[in-house]
Amino acid sequence: MAVVAEAQFHVLAVDDSLMDRKLIERLLKTSSFQVTAVDSGSRALEVLGLSEGLTSSSAVSPAHNEIEVNLVITDYCMPGMTGYDLLKKIKGSSSLKDIPVVIMSSENVPSRINRCLEGGAEEFFLKPVQLSDMKRLRPHILKGKSKEQQPQEEETSSTSISSNKRKAMDEELSPERRRLKLSNYSLI
Amino acid sequence: MFIYTRPAYQFCQVVLQGYLDEQFYQLEELQDESSPNFVEEVVTLFFRDSSRLVANIDQALQKYPQDFRRLDNFMHQLKGSASSIGAAKMKNECTSFREFCNKENREGCLRSFQKVKKEHAVLKQKLENYFQ
Repeated sequence: MAVVAEAQFHVLAVDDSLMDRKLIERLLKTSSFQVTAVDSGSRALEVLGLSEGLTSSSAVSPAHNEIEVNLVITDYCMPGMTGYDLLKKIKGSSSLKDIPVVIMSSENVPSRINRCLEGGAEEFFLKPVQLSDMKRLRPHILKGKSKEQQPQEEETSSTSISSNKRKAMDEELSPERRRLKLSNYSLI
Repeated sequence: MFIYTRPAYQFCQVVLQGYLDEQFYQLEELQDESSPNFVEEVVTLFFRDSSRLVANIDQALQKYPQDFRRLDNFMHQLKGSASSIGAAKMKNECTSFREFCNKENREGCLRSFQKVKKEHAVLKQKLENYFQ
């Protein structure tokens, strides 16, 4: 495994498919993230310390139930609470709204993608998620963290933010790929 | 047909034939000393999921032949699993099935499902060889 002098961030992965959970967990760990993988939106909210029965303003729960999560990556199509529902709950919570959320889906539906992005998702990954997609996560975490320190920071598309850290991370990304990932695998 | 036993290129043949696509290479890339059986574990999960879904669809086609939404829902999951493992041919057949669902064409669904099952069976056989 790579030994680098950078903070190890904690990602909460949400997917009802055991196979996909295993995959995303491996992708994240290979990319030096700490991972908690859960099978539902409600379970995710528990991990985040926001139980279903509580209102978003009373989100503080006992410390033993809370783990610091730096980013949530969730499948869109899940029974019960969808990824979009989970996104809205997170963004609607005063304590959780600054946690970046990425949505994954096997279906490339523009209206769905737009809805998620408008709902506050940072990105939309098309499944199957690739190792190269993992590089797109760190910038969102760092953006969130610097927002905590400087509430004045403008919320624009990441390529226009010129901090050294972001440049180092974003090197490989081109603007048109940031919002919509297109599958580039050919089917024979 | 012959499967090479050398791990790094083991799957060349099957990929070239179109059964698996580059996504499978991605799985191989994720296997290392810290997760030495990763590919086999994912493949095992795939067949566990897919066998269950195939059985569900079989049953739904018998018991609820007009419930295209239910059929599509199962097939969406099956297609997702196939996609995650790189099962290109099977994924294509899943797509066809969903198109027939969309058009509420039961005969089309039945024909298409036979193809899905066939691709599933072939894949199972080839992957069993891989892990021997």
